[in-house]
Parts: sequence; C-alpha cells; structure tokens
Amino acid sequence: MTRLADAFRAERPALVCFVTAGDPDAAATPAILDALVAGGADVIELGMPFTDPMADGPAIQAANIRSLGAGTTTADILHIAAGFRARHPNIPLVLMGYANPMLRRGAVWFAATVRDAGVDGVICVDVPPEEDDALGPALRAAGVDLIRLATPTTNAARLGSVLGGASGFVYYVSVAGITGKQQAVQASIEEAVSRLKGATDLPIAVGFGVRTPEQARAIGRVADGVVVGSAIVEIVAEHGAAAAAPVTTYVQSLSAALADARKQPA
Amino acid sequence: MNAPNSFRAQPDERGHFGDYGGRYVAETLMPLVLDLEREYRAAKQDPAFAAQFDDLLEHYVGRPSPLYHAERLTEALRDGAAPGMGAQVWFKRDELNHTGAHKINNCIGQILLAIRMGKTRIIAETGAGQHGVATATVCARFGLPCIIYMGAKDVERQAPNVFRMKLLGAEVRAVESGARTLKDAMNEALRDWVANVHDTFYIIGTAAGPHPYPELVRDFQSVIGREARAQMLARTGRLPDLLVAAIGGGSNAIGLFHAFLDDSDVAMLGVEAAGEGLDARHAASLAGGFPGVLHGNKTYLLQDDDGQIAEAHSISAGLDYPGIGPEHAWLKDIGRVEYTSVTDREALDAFQLLCRTEGIIPALEPAHAIAAVTRRARAMREDQVILANLCGRGDKDIFTVAEALGVSM
Repeated sequence: MTRLADAFRAERPALVCFVTAGDPDAAATPAILDALVAGGADVIELGMPFTDPMADGPAIQAANIRSLGAGTTTADILHIAAGFRARHPNIPLVLMGYANPMLRRGAVWFAATVRDAGVDGVICVDVPPEEDDALGPALRAAGVDLIRLATPTTNAARLGSVLGGASGFVYYVSVAGITGKQQAVQASIEEAVSRLKGATDLPIAVGFGVRTPEQARAIGRVADGVVVGSAIVEIVAEHGAAAAAPVTTYVQSLSAALADARKQPA
Repeated sequence: MNAPNSFRAQPDERGHFGDYGGRYVAETLMPLVLDLEREYRAAKQDPAFAAQFDDLLEHYVGRPSPLYHAERLTEALRDGAAPGMGAQVWFKRDELNHTGAHKINNCIGQILLAIRMGKTRIIAETGAGQHGVATATVCARFGLPCIIYMGAKDVERQAPNVFRMKLLGAEVRAVESGARTLKDAMNEALRDWVANVHDTFYIIGTAAGPHPYPELVRDFQSVIGREARAQMLARTGRLPDLLVAAIGGGSNAIGLFHAFLDDSDVAMLGVEAAGEGLDARHAASLAGGFPGVLHGNKTYLLQDDDGQIAEAHSISAGLDYPGIGPEHAWLKDIGRVEYTSVTDREALDAFQLLCRTEGIIPALEPAHAIAAVTRRARAMREDQVILANLCGRGDKDIFTVAEALGVSM
C-alpha cells in the first residue's frame, strides 16, 4: 500500500497542509514541515517556488518571492524533501508547482530525482491532460503519483480525461480563481464531490479558500481530504523562521475539527 | 530533418508547432480555451465574420497600409558600400494604422470573437501600452468594459499611453508583483481570467499564450504579409529577397512572414532585442534562452538552470519580454527563418537615421528591424529588395529616446 493511499484510509478525512519550500529560507523549512506533522497534518504539500505563479493569490505569490529572494534552488527543495522523508517515513509528501521548474532538466530526470528524494506525488498546475506527454509518462514510469486538479469548470465531457492517468488522489479546486481568501459555497462543494466520487475511486481532497476549522469540518463531512494552504503561508509570512509553534497551534485546530467531521449530521 | 511540404500548415490539431506551443494552462482555463478554439474554427468558416473583419480593417483601421520604397535610406546605406552593392529598402507602413501600430489588426479580430462568444467583459495585458491602447480602442468601438493590466514600472515610463487608455474608457490596473513589467501584467491578466471565466474574454496582444492564441493572432496579423506580397508583386513584378521584422512576442513578424513562408526564394530575418548586449541584460529569448513553459505555451525562454524566469531588458517596452511566440521557436529550429539581435544603442542609431533620411519617426520596436536592415543592405546587390515591417510609430517613444540621448524636454 502506498503512503498516500494509507493517509486517505483513516477514520477521519485527511488534512493536507501546504507550505512553500524555502520560505522564509531553505534552512527554516524542515522545522515548519515538522510543525505541520506535529499539528496533525496527514499529507504534506510542498510548494516549489516559481517566479511566475499564475494560479496563486497574493499570499502564496509573496511566499514564492521570499523563497526565491532567499536563493532557494531546486537542489534545496530536493534536500528538504529527502530530509523530511528520513524524519517521517510514513507521512506522504507531495510536490506542487508549475511546469517550467519541473521540466527544466527533463521530465525523466525530475521524476527519478523526486522519487529518490522520497516524494510520493506531484501536482503540476499548468500541465493539463492535453499536455500529459510532457510530464505524466515520466512520473508513472518512476512510480510517482500524478495528482490531477478538477475545478468548477471541469465539465462532464472533460472529466474522463482529467481522471485518466491520475493517481494518488484528485484535488478538487473549489473556486474558479486563484489561491487565497475567496471561498466556495458549501453546497457547490458537496455537489462537485459527489459528482467526482461517481466517476473515480480515487480519494477526493478539496482545497482553495479553506481557512477555518468550521470550513474544514464542513468539507470533511463529504470529502476524503481537506487542503489548507494560504492560511498557513500567512502564518509563515508573519512569524518567519519562528513560525513552527504558531503553525502547529493552527494545524491542531484544523485536525481537531476534522476528527469528528464524519460524525456531523448532514 | 526533412522539410515539411508547407511551412504554413502549423500548428497541429493540438496547437503544437513542432515541439512548441500547446495548451499549458490550469484546469480552470482549459474548458474555456477549448471553447475559444471551437468558436474560432466556426468563425473561420463563416463568411460574415471575414466580411466584418475586412470591413473594419478597411474603414476603421485604414488598411491596406502603404508599401513604401525608402529611397533616401537606400541611398544612405549605399554610401560606403562596394560598387553595385546596397539593396533597395522598402517598408510596410503598419505604423499608419489607426492607433499607430499593427496591434489593432489583432484586436479587431479578437473582439469580434469575444462578441460572437457572448462575452461581456474584456481584459488585456500591455507592455509599452500599444496593445492596451488598441484593446481600449476596440472596446470603446463596441461598447464593452475594458480592464488593462500593465506593470507598474511600465505605467511610470509610458504615461501618455496610460492616459490614452483612460480617455478611451478603459480601467488601467498597475501590477506591482514581480519586476512590474509585461511578464507580470500577463500573470495578473491570467489570474483575472481564471476568476472570471464565465463572462470575460482575454485579448492577448501577441502570437503567444495557449493554443489557439498563437494561431489566431497570427491569422489576424497575416493581413500584413498578404497585402505586402500583393503590393510588391504589383509594384515591382517580383517578390522581395529578404523580409525583416522586430520580435518581442513576434506578432508583427509572423504577420509579415506567414504569407511568404512557402516562397523559397524569400529569406527572412527576425530581430530580437539585445538590450545592453547579449552578455548583459537583454530580451533575446532565442539567442539567450532555452525551451520551457510559460504563459500557456512551450517556447524559448530567458531562464536560469532551475527554470526560474529571468527579467528581460530592452529600451523598447514592447520587446521587453522573456519569451517569444512558439511559431518563431519552431521556425528557428527548422531553419526557415534566421534570427538575430540588435542592442539598445544600435536601435537608437537606426531610429535617428530613419527620422532624418525619410521623415518617419519609428517606434523603438521597428527601429530594431531598421538597425538589422542597415547591417544587411550593404552586403546585398543593388537589384535586391529588403522589405521591413514598420510596425509602429514613435510618438510614444520620444520621451524614452530623449532620455537615452541625454536631452531634457
């Protein structure tokens, strides 16, 4: 069984936590990742910084700029991943980012290198199914999950191609927009999750705009996982290298809310 | 590599020009990009669409633009050339279009598509402001609200165009992220689009971005080359020996080149901005970049070893972009078009040369093409013909040029 499959097999919905690698600098990231785990994160999503994060709102844009400004390199990110894997043999680790840094040295190199660093899956924002050849075959050959994004604009005609070749889990982007503060209506999330569940056996994690324990609990009632990103990145922005303690406190509030999410009345 | 039967049959059905192009966009945008492709295919088959496009180009834009034999420039370049040498220089006068550049050709086509798709809100990015002005112009003409994203640094250095856009009723949003120039404006326009897919049409200003943009922008700009080819045949009974055009994203160049791509005796030269020099800050993606993925397409990009995008630099805000349209990337790799680069200094010299020899103040973008013409003309025979695209006029650049020349206004 894979680490990702195990994470979504628990009694409660999985808590997926995002931070940008190298924010505020590469040396600070391991302690922040450990803080996510200490707070109860079930899956770690490590953002690969990029100069042009087109799908991200101001909070994660700023994190990308801080990270690159501190000189974070692809080698640093791989080192962070490998270190995490050594410290946490059972917590799944997913890289999320944009195509260009992933493809710069070739997809085959990237897939083999991230696998060797202990990465379980990759989310690439700007490689849709239509361009799968650029990255998908290399990841599949290396045994790294390609986690696809589904969105409110993914219609029935496309759903098959989005799910085809996907593995690990499906990331439902709950708002048509960028990462950050905009929140989806709960009813629209429930409708979308049930539509996705009708089309795949993969776990469904819901993200974009999730900030409060109450939101996480409401989404966790229907979804297999809840993704929280910008709200954590904002804590890192405020506290910098001293972010570990407040990150753990915040993540604990989310994981506590998810613990009984499935017992909530519909 | 075997030569294809035609150089004019790209892209393939997936929007690929050889290895380049494609649709590298977030899933949220993908259905919209597919809708746009479907609607563009339908519009291409619709005689009413073509008729409306042609009518607006003639009566609103002022096409066809003239083909002009620059005799004084030709003579100036023959000065010092070997006997019998010094090619004739001709210009396609797209700077005489309404709004002062070739950009309007594309904007007319795209706003007709937007209306056809029932979109009620227009967004665009702009660097120098020429595409922003052209977009604001067509939005005023068709009564659609218009939001222009422009890097905050460009807002500062292109104040006249910012005011023009506002006069035309557009809202100009200064983009503070990144280097605050064209690349960042495009990021912000994409963020707007992804959040407003239901009612918004994104008028991309150059032959780049996700498929079908590189194809449709090329098609709308190809009027330049179709006219020039017919005009040259009518005036001289022959085709030119060499085409020259400046390249930022590459829309004026592909617009000129496309009609000639299968004319095997016509050579072509695309001119990138070498800024302060190829060993310093520049904007020459083909000369100094590597293939990668940005803004929806795979193409040559200025980037570091980790795939982080570098900041471009050119004195010309319209060339100040770290990528290039994917069709140019393909044409470079297969060798059909030659590409070179010209520095800020060479462009400034050519700018002044054209002012004084022909009484035409060119934009800094075609000044790069003119600089390349001055290099090539002396090495070609007197009976040979160079046709360069004069794709914009220089009114917008006089402050930049004055500053570069140390003149206070």
